[in-house]
This record gives sequence, structure tokens and C-alpha cells, in this order.
Amino acid sequence: MDKPYAITLDPGSSLANHTGSWRTERPVYVDRLPPCNNQCPAGEDIQGWLFHAESGNYEKAWQHLTKDNPFPAIMGRVCYHSCESVCNRAKIDSPVGINSVERFLGDEAIKRKWKLSQTAADTGKHVLVVGAGPSGMSAAYHLRRFGHRVTVYDAGPFMGGMMRFGIPKYRLPRDILDAEMQRVVDLGVEVKLNSKVDNILETMKSGKFDAAFLAVGAHIGKRAFIPAGAVSKIVDAISVLRSMENEEKPMLGRRVIVYGGGNTAIDVARTAKRMGAEPIIVYRRNREKAPAHDFEIEEAMQEGIMIKWLSTIKEAGDANITIEKMVLDDTGFPQPTGEFETLEADSVVLALGQDVDLGLLEGVPGLAVADGVVTVDPNMMTGHAGIFAGGDMVPADRNITIAVGHGKKAARNIDAWLRGTSYTAPEKHAVANFESLNTWYYADAPKTVRPMLDIIRRQSTFEEVQGGLDESTALFEARRCLSCGNCFECDNCYGVCPDNAVIKLGPGNRFKFNLDYCKGCGMCVAECPCGAITMEPENI
Amino acid sequence: MSLQPVKFYQTGTFTVGNRLLAPEERSVQANMERTNSLNSGHRACQGCGEALGARYAIDAAMIASQGQLVAANATGCLEVFSTPYPETSWQIPWIHSLFGNAAAVATGIAAAIKVKKAKGQGGDVRVVAQGGDGGTTDIGFGCLSGMFERNDDVLYICYDNGGYMNTGVQRSSATPPAARTATTMPVGPEPGNAFGQGKFVPAIAMAHEIPYVATATVADLRDLEYKVKKAMTFRGARYIQILVPCPLGWGAASHDTIRLSRLAKETGTFPVFEAEYGEITSSSKIRRLLPVEEYLKPQKRFAHLFGKTPAIDTIARLQAIADKNIRRYQMLDKEAN
Ligand SMILES: Cc1cc2nc3c(=O)[nH]c(=O)nc-3n(C[C@H](O)[C@H](O)[C@H](O)COP(=O)(O)OP(=O)(O)OC[C@H]3O[C@@H](n4cnc5c(N)ncnc54)[C@H](O)[C@@H]3O)c2cc1C
Ligand SMILES: Cc1ncc(C[n+]2csc(CCOP(=O)(O)OP(=O)(O)O)c2C)c(N)n1
Ligand code: SF4
Ligand code: SF4
Ligand code: SF4
Ligand code: SF4
Ligand SMILES: [Mg+2]
Repeated sequence: MDKPYAITLDPGSSLANHTGSWRTERPVYVDRLPPCNNQCPAGEDIQGWLFHAESGNYEKAWQHLTKDNPFPAIMGRVCYHSCESVCNRAKIDSPVGINSVERFLGDEAIKRKWKLSQTAADTGKHVLVVGAGPSGMSAAYHLRRFGHRVTVYDAGPFMGGMMRFGIPKYRLPRDILDAEMQRVVDLGVEVKLNSKVDNILETMKSGKFDAAFLAVGAHIGKRAFIPAGAVSKIVDAISVLRSMENEEKPMLGRRVIVYGGGNTAIDVARTAKRMGAEPIIVYRRNREKAPAHDFEIEEAMQEGIMIKWLSTIKEAGDANITIEKMVLDDTGFPQPTGEFETLEADSVVLALGQDVDLGLLEGVPGLAVADGVVTVDPNMMTGHAGIFAGGDMVPADRNITIAVGHGKKAARNIDAWLRGTSYTAPEKHAVANFESLNTWYYADAPKTVRPMLDIIRRQSTFEEVQGGLDESTALFEARRCLSCGNCFECDNCYGVCPDNAVIKLGPGNRFKFNLDYCKGCGMCVAECPCGAITMEPENI
Repeated sequence: MSLQPVKFYQTGTFTVGNRLLAPEERSVQANMERTNSLNSGHRACQGCGEALGARYAIDAAMIASQGQLVAANATGCLEVFSTPYPETSWQIPWIHSLFGNAAAVATGIAAAIKVKKAKGQGGDVRVVAQGGDGGTTDIGFGCLSGMFERNDDVLYICYDNGGYMNTGVQRSSATPPAARTATTMPVGPEPGNAFGQGKFVPAIAMAHEIPYVATATVADLRDLEYKVKKAMTFRGARYIQILVPCPLGWGAASHDTIRLSRLAKETGTFPVFEAEYGEITSSSKIRRLLPVEEYLKPQKRFAHLFGKTPAIDTIARLQAIADKNIRRYQMLDKEAN
């Protein structure tokens, strides 16, 4: 070849020079566990469904969400959303409104009549579920999706358990509850209402069930001994709330004393208020020590409900009660002071917690009960092979989300048990903590506040108190998510590599490293907003 | 009109791309078909800001010129690491000449193109000249000023890493005060580079009243691309100075290149702005104002300021320079502060 003066070599590309050999560490794409997902008691893949919601694909978001939890419209109203308390965004401005986006998706699904799907082939196995509350219906849903035949027995006249007979309408409208319960039924789950199970082994035997999941909840109101005059009306909160679902509403009178400091006490007081009464809550400890959530206490007080902290009921008379002032001792336990006060009272409602009715379990071999709840192993199985249990009747915190999570977990284990294997949960990724993020890249965006019903209507009607987000605010809220630990295709790694050693695979396909040229500078790791890349040492 | 940030949660225009944005709203660097003007296999250090800045800038210029671009390059790291004979990393027509004459070579190319066009030969090919701070603010300064004064149709891009890095980190007139280099060791009463009068070439370029002058950093890609594209809308002499951290010369971790660029702006140390015909038209605002220590501490070239007895006075003088920048270039958003 003819070359110019002093030129002896053909021009070549630097691609011949594999700078990857300089590397002592290599970048690796990872998926970390977002703290929200890690926290959600129902095991929702929050970051995963927000990812779809962010692009406006709400149906896909809903489908993704309902893989773990079939009740987003319920969750979006009554779940205590502990996910938000660990959300990384809280350290920037305020947590992502996970719960409000979840509600939006749930409501969209109802509005647009999206359907759940069941694709697994029928297994020929038949599982009994006792209790159509959140735990039972969650288990039924997952079991059905595994291809099993499922029959749910419930003693009551409607599905929902405590969500219907405990939680008042102004927090959970019944059409919402019904819609999400019915969707599970539409999947082919059979529900037998007004069918109390009195003896679990007999029912299993007569129905030829292969396994059972028990979720009977905790419905027996705890009593306290109060010396009472002949005509005093003392009732328990659960029966009051339950009778709200009947034609005949409970008669409590005008001056209603609610005894207790938990969520049930708050709900019953707010219910009484809406029926025209003037409820007063009496609780033996102070606000900080009360088991009710602070936002619930706040909402009750906004509605004009009086609370007597540090007080116990000494005595109930005909039309009044005597309370005694308490002080907390060094251990935080209330001690009497000998100071008394008299309050007018037409009735006293006891909201002191609930016990489990274990009647149906009598004589079941192997089954163990401790502290009034049924002992289960890590797979949710009771001491009797093939009988599983979850929700309020097993040792755990009592809330809907935990109950739903138990249902899912039990379903997976029942499925494995029926197949003669055992379920092993996939290994958890390391949690995407705040330190693994580069928050510079996130736009400033304060949380969207949900609308609240005005106070007058909150005091006199059972209309829903907390409103939902609309399309644009829900989208905004979803897009506040930092996508902790999971690539959201921001292209930063692809852009910031000085060596073009990141290959973009196109929308939805993420990226890969070209290790022929990657020098291992670590810039892609440092500039990935969500911590989806790590450096690993090379074997040299 | 400055860059209009896309108001779009969750990352707006901070990131390179964003799957939620329409393709035309993403950066050039997000594109799978970007030129990669400076290709893989170059021999720049790990995490080199200059290699990154050059690809950012030239890829954007390639888009703006519809691929009709030729570059003249001064000697310096960018030239040496990209073209060890007979290899080249450049995927555009590229010419190397000497350390001090890139502006003059580019002027010549522009003149030749003009003549060819007059004769009806060749299309509208645009010319870029590029060099390091040494090649620009020191040895090439005469040629550069001439190019400005004649208003030659060239975009000159200076990659400012604050020293003669290619020959082993010697001081240039763009080396910051107090910085350690091979020729300004941290010894004596005023350790590191002396506090001179400073020589900020963007301001000198503005004094020539050329059509367009801008500064940028590799930490703000969207802004950098916007400025390169904007520069390409003008004819005549244009100048962009890009701050490009050098892990070797600054004694910084290779993964900190972008972080340091960001800190340079957020502390006010490096003002980011643009000017037309000698007047400033916009400046990038500081988002989270920080003291200069945040920028200085991760760099070993300033380590002598943070020994057992921190050099409080020197740090205060560096802070004063930053404060002056913040004032002069209006780096704080008045409404936000
Ligand atoms: C007033 C009140 C408010 C609450 N508010 C909230 C809230 O806002 N958020 C939250 O997360 N949690 C709340 N909780 C707690 C929550 O309701 C429970 O933790 C949850 O419902 C437990 O679900 P589960 O499925 O275990 O039982 P349950 O919901 O109690 O359902 C049990 C079902 O089993 C049926 N059953 C019982 N025995 C038999 C039998 N022998 N045969 C057939 N069927 C039977 C019952 O009829 C019932 O339908 C509240 C509880 C109360 C009392
Ligand atoms: C006339 C002349 N003097 C000295 C040199 C040696 N030399 C080559 S590059 C360089 C320094 C380059 O510094 P800068 O322009 O800032 O570029 P950097 O390497 O820092 O990117 C020097 C001194 C030369 N090539 N020519
Ligand atoms: S920012 Fe998103 S992924 Fe991260 S914890 Fe919050 S909701 Fe979860
Ligand atoms: S930025 Fe590029 S060279 Fe650096 S570690 Fe990542 S892939 Fe490798
Ligand atoms: S930098 Fe962006 S594109 Fe790259 S892995 Fe992280 S999130 Fe995904
Ligand atoms: S010495 Fe500095 S400018 Fe030169 S290649 Fe290395 S990092 Fe880049
Ligand atoms: Mg230099």
C-alpha cells in the first residue's frame, strides 16, 4: 500500500486496545430490596408496582400489586402503611404516599372492572378455609391461583370479617369491601356464608378436604369487672360495631363512655359521635402509651371527641360513672391516686381487646394453644399436620395487612405440603439503604396530601373521611419513588462512563457492561441514583 | 434564554435519560445511536473527566452539525491518550498539530472550508478546536485571542483540569490557588500554588465580545449539551470552557470525578454561565449551597490545608473567591433564598 512520507503502519482503531485489563474491580448490576418492600407485612413489591404506575400503566401496576395482595382498595384505606415509615424518601422530604397510590390503583380497578386471573391447571386438591376475613380470603385467593379448589366457610352473613363488622363505614365503604371480596369469588372460590364450623376435624372429614387454613379472628370482647348499678348499660365495643351492620342500630344514649385506648375504642367513639352521641373516651394511661395510632386519636379529637387520659372506671351508677385519676409509675404502669371524678353516662362501652373463640379446635390432636392464640410453625402450620392458621388467631400483631400476609404465606406452604414438598422462600436481596443512593438526581417534590372530608360531615354522617388521589396527583406521587435498589432506566451509567463500557440494551432491557473496556473506575456506581450497581473485586 | 429544565418527577432533567421522557427530551448521551466520538480503548486514566467531557461535547456538536464536523486538537492528555500511533479513538475527522496552535489550525481549516464552499465544493462543515487548559490559557493563548479578535468561525472548547496533566501535573495559569502540583509543592510560607491575580479565560473571551462564551462541567450533562448546541447556532468565534476533574492530578478517587464537578459548582468555586456578545445571559443556580471545604477535602492536592492545624486563612481566602463568584455570576436563585 502506498503510504505518505514517514508513515509505515495502517491507521487502526483503539478498539484493539482492551483497557479492561487495567481493572482491579468490576461493576455489577444488582437488584436490592427496597426498604418499603421489606417492611410491607403483605410482602408487596411496592417499588415494582410503582414502576408501572410511574409510566401511567395503572392496569399493569395493579396486576403486579395483586400478585401479592388482592385488596389494594381496602389496603389503601385501612392499612397502617408501615412501609411509608421506612421509605427512603422520608430522609429527603417526606415518604412516598405509597398507600394513597395503592388506593388509587384499587379504585381504578373497581371502576374499570379489571379482573384477577387464574392460569394454573386444576390440581384436584380441595382446601377448606375457615373465616372470610382478610386472612382467609387472601389464602383462598392464593390457593386458587395455585390451581386448588377452595371452599371458604364463614359464620357471618357477609364476607370481610372484622373489616365489615369492626371497621366503620366512614373508613371503609362497604361497596369497596364487597367489590374486592367478590373478585376473589369470581376467581372460582366457593364461599359458604352463615356456616359456622363447630368442629374442624369433622368438617374436614365430611367435606373430604385435603388441608385447612383457619382464620377465625378474635371476636370475643374482653370484659373488665366494674361494680355497676342495676340499670347501667355496659356493652362491648365489638358488639356495638357489629350491630352497626344490622337494620337495628345500637341504643347507647347521648352520654357514651368508651373504656379503652386502642383503635377499637376510637372507632366506637367516632361511630357514636356520628349517631348524635357525645362520647368520652376513658383510658388508664396517657396518649403516648395508648395503643391507638396517633393519627386516629388526632382525627377523633378533631371530630370533638373528649378523651380522659390517665383514668380508670371505679364504678358505674344509674346515670353516671366514677373515674379515678391515675399516675404512671417509673415503669410506665398506671397507679391510683385516690382522686375521683363523676361523669354523666347513659352507657359504658368496653373496648379492652378481643379474645379468640377456639371452640372449633377442641380435641384436635397435636394442636397447641398459648396465651389464647394458636401456635404455628414458621410455615404457618399448627401442631396438627395439614391444618394451618393465620391472622388474629395466631401470635402476631393484629392488623389486616399481617392477616393478608399470613394468608399468602400459608397458601404457599399449603400448596407445597399438598405437593409433598416444602416451600422455600427465595433468598432476600440486601436492603437498599439510604446510603446506597445518590439522591442528587431526584427532583424536589413534596408529598401530595389527600383531601379530608369537612368536619361537620365527619361529625354527623358515615361518609368516607379520607379522600383519594386523582389521576394526575397519583401519577405525581408514584413518580416521587426513588426506585431504591432497582434500575429504573435513567441512563446515568450509560452516560457517565468515560470509556463507553456500558451497553444500553434498549427500553425495558436495562444495560450490561462491556468488560473488554471497563477500567473499573466506579463512576457508574457512584452516579447511579438508586444504588443498582456495586463494585466487586476482580480475581487477580 | 437558558436551558429549560424539564419539570418531571422523579428525576427531571438531572439524569442522563429517563425512561419516562420522550426520546427527543433526553440527552444526546442517552441515545443508543450517539456518535461515541471518542471511542473505547483510549488510554485515559480510570475516571478521566477530560475523556468524558470530550465525548459529551463532541457528540453534541455532531448532532448539531448533522455529522459535518472536523476537530483540531492541541497536545495534551486528550491528544496523547486518544491517538498513540497508529491507533485512534476518534470517530470524526480529527487533526493534531502542536501544543500551542490548535486555534490557529482550526482557523485555517475554517478558511479552507469557506474557500471550498465559495467554489461550490463540499458542504457546510463545522470546525471545533479543543485543548487542555495549558494549551489554552498559557501557550495557546495568543492564537486563541487572535481567533477571537478575527471572529473566525470556530468553536473552541477548553477542557480545564487545572494543570499540565499529561506531562506530570505541572502548574498552569488555570491551576487554583493553594493547589499542590509538581511545580508548586506544599512547602514554604505559602504552600501550593500562589494566590496570583487569576486568569479566567471565559471572562477574557467575553472581553473580546465574541458571539458566544459559556462554561460547563461534566456534572451537568444537560446544560453542557445545551451549550454546545447553542454555540453551534452561531457563526464566528465561540468559546466553551468545561471543568473536567483529573483523578491523577487532583489526587481524587476515580469514582469522584462527577461528584467533584458538582461540588465545584455547588460551592461557587467554578461559576457556570453563558454570555452572548460580551454580556452574561444566564447562570446556573446553586441547588444546595456548600462551603468550599466540601470541594477541597476529597482532593489530595489540597490535603496540606487540612493537616493537624488546618490552614484556616487559606481556606477563608478560597471561600472568599467562591463568594465573589456567587455574587458576580449570580449563582444563587434570589427567589429560592
Ligand atoms: C374496630 C376495629 C378496627 C380495626 N381497624 C383496623 C384498621 O384500620 N387497620 C387494620 O389493619 N386492622 C384493623 N383492625 C384489626 C383487623 O380488623 C384484624 O386484625 C383483621 O381483620 C384480622 O383478620 P382475620 O382474617 O384474622 O380475622 P377476622 O377479620 O376477624 O375474620 C374472621 C372471620 O372468621 C369468621 N369465623 C369466626 N369463627 C368462625 C367459625 N367457627 N366458623 C366459621 N367462621 C368463623 C368470622 O365470622 C369472620 O368473618 C381493626 C379491628 C377492630 C376490632
Ligand atoms: C511547545 C511544547 N511545549 C511542551 C510540550 C509538552 N507538553 C505536552 S502536553 C503538555 C501539557 C498539557 O497540559 P494541558 O494543555 O492542560 O492538557 P492536559 O494534559 O492537562 O489535558 C505539555 C507541557 C509540547 N508538547 N509542546
Ligand atoms: S422511595 Fe420508592 S422504593 Fe424507595 S422506599 Fe420509598 S417507595 Fe420504596
Ligand atoms: S463507569 Fe465505565 S469504566 Fe467506570 S466502572 Fe463503570 S463501566 Fe467501568
Ligand atoms: S444508573 Fe440509572 S440506568 Fe444505570 S443502573 Fe442505575 S438506575 Fe439503571
Ligand atoms: S492525567 Fe488526568 S486528564 Fe490525563 S488522562 Fe489521566 S485523568 Fe485524564
Ligand atoms: Mg490541563
